[in-house]
Amino acid sequence: MSPEMTSSVAQQGAADTARRSSAEIALSVEQASYAYSASARQAPTFTLEATSFHARQREIIAILGPNASGKSTLLQLVAGTLAPLSGRVQLDGFEISRLDTRTRAQRVAMVQQESPLIFPVRAWEYVLQGRHPYGRTLRFETDEDCGIAMNALAQVGAEHLRDRWMDKISGGEKQRVILARALAQQPLLMLLDEPTLHLDIGAQVDLLERLRHLAEENRYIVAVVTHELNLAAEFADRVVLLHRGKCLRVGSAAEVYQQELLEQVFEAPLAVEQTASGRPRVVVRGKNTQ
Amino acid sequence: MRPVTLRRVLWTCSALAAVLLVVVVLALKLGAVPISVTDLALSLGRVAIGRSDQLPSEYSVIVFGLRWPRILLGILVGAALSVAGTGFQALLRNPLADPYVLGVSSGAALGAIISLIASPQFPLVTPLAAFLGAALTIAAVYLLGQREGQLDSGTLLLAGIISASFLSAVIMFLMTTLAGRDLRGMAFWLMGDLSTPLPAGLRWILLAGLLGAVAAIYTTAADLNLLIAGEREALHLGVDVTRVKLVVYISASVLTGLAVSVSGAIGYVGLLVPHVMRLLFGSDHRLLIPTAALGGAIAVVLADTLARTIVAPTELPVGAMTAMAGAPFFIYLLRRRLP
Repeated sequence: MSPEMTSSVAQQGAADTARRSSAEIALSVEQASYAYSASARQAPTFTLEATSFHARQREIIAILGPNASGKSTLLQLVAGTLAPLSGRVQLDGFEISRLDTRTRAQRVAMVQQESPLIFPVRAWEYVLQGRHPYGRTLRFETDEDCGIAMNALAQVGAEHLRDRWMDKISGGEKQRVILARALAQQPLLMLLDEPTLHLDIGAQVDLLERLRHLAEENRYIVAVVTHELNLAAEFADRVVLLHRGKCLRVGSAAEVYQQELLEQVFEAPLAVEQTASGRPRVVVRGKNTQ
Repeated sequence: MRPVTLRRVLWTCSALAAVLLVVVVLALKLGAVPISVTDLALSLGRVAIGRSDQLPSEYSVIVFGLRWPRILLGILVGAALSVAGTGFQALLRNPLADPYVLGVSSGAALGAIISLIASPQFPLVTPLAAFLGAALTIAAVYLLGQREGQLDSGTLLLAGIISASFLSAVIMFLMTTLAGRDLRGMAFWLMGDLSTPLPAGLRWILLAGLLGAVAAIYTTAADLNLLIAGEREALHLGVDVTRVKLVVYISASVLTGLAVSVSGAIGYVGLLVPHVMRLLFGSDHRLLIPTAALGGAIAVVLADTLARTIVAPTELPVGAMTAMAGAPFFIYLLRRRLP
């Protein structure tokens, strides 16, 4: 690392504390695109075309689309693990993919389907992993780290799971502990990749209500990749609809959920109902009701 | 509540060092010529006050000429193999990884044998050749162990076992066609053997390489805790995955290469010891790596003492002892993982 970069990293760190309490922080994705190809000479096998959207603190963005629509690619661009081929993906004015790994982990947290654990850990040790980007070389945790981790467990209502083994708790409980680890990272931007997968409907609603609440309380920017159209309509401030690598619409659920558009994108007979709350509801039209 | 503190690491290591001391005293005492504890204490006392010239000559030869260098070698080799095993388990995310099972030891042995045949006048080239053999083998096993772009646990183990068997065949071929003259000695060495005295310069290369490689792996200890839970997760938690994997890959290969070049292929130490340490002290690498080093030293010195005494005055290769204990343990771990 060049001395120039090291000092800029230190400055960023010092600026972080001030920033969290003062000015509005924004995520801005501008004309970001990406292409996968098997090798440099071959035509790309998948392309995410220029996509733009913006998000402010306390906002929840849902990224929607059928399989292979580019949701995961977009999420990786926002997480900074992929650098856009063109365009910009910036958090608080910094290009996310150019941040060094540790600084990025202090600002962006990712909740995703976990790889199976080879050696079991207890829930509180798992949550403490979220403090990793803040540690020094050998990273023995401080009392402060432990306090933050316990606080994170409390925020997701999982204090009672503290001493349980991660492989011995239910799917919904596990998802809450994983969320707590992301909270312990104290990020600005919280990303979730299909967090409701494998959860029953009660746990799904519980998780999203918690997320809504946490976004308010901790002033996170939240982006969720999901298949659940109705949950997205209920909890997201804005939705980004992707289809075959194209960003079709960005807007509120009421704006984006239009019967023809959804039917075309998801290739299923769907109907959109307007509810009293103004949030649309998507139902499947049975073939024999036509 | 905290998972691991520096104080806990130091206390645990002190306790294990005390156990190691007891084992070393036992190893000095036991053997084809048993020596009483009083005599041993007297001899050690005389050495301590700098009057080793007053030692009875036969004790001096047996204890300090034969047993002591062998115990030292056992300590170094045991620590190296055990830390290498811990490193490979984290790197490959596979609890069954071990330098011997993965064929890395055979690769190192092949490298060592080629250098011994090609340039017997330069014994210091041997550890370098063994390192290269180890590094190439683990790279090959890593590539062969993938299935549809993903590292697959079963495929990886099979790739290791196949590589080990192929490399052993090449070693046998080289030994019978080229070496010829000292077949029994080499066969003994291949099984893992601590009785061959080290060339003078090698001792320091071994010590420096070992300390350097263990220290390098230890700097990644906190990262390994996350890496073992998955590369994607580790990346999002601020681990520089590429760098950590490279450090562990090179260091674990150095450790295996060094250990094999001085003692042959002693198997299962890198498998058995880290698992016992996990059962005793948990799986946090900040505690696991130093305890595995000490535990490996204890295990190899114990195994070698048994190998010297069980059918005394005949000696067994120490690798035979560790394999007899380690292979059943490997099967136990394999069965436990199946649903």
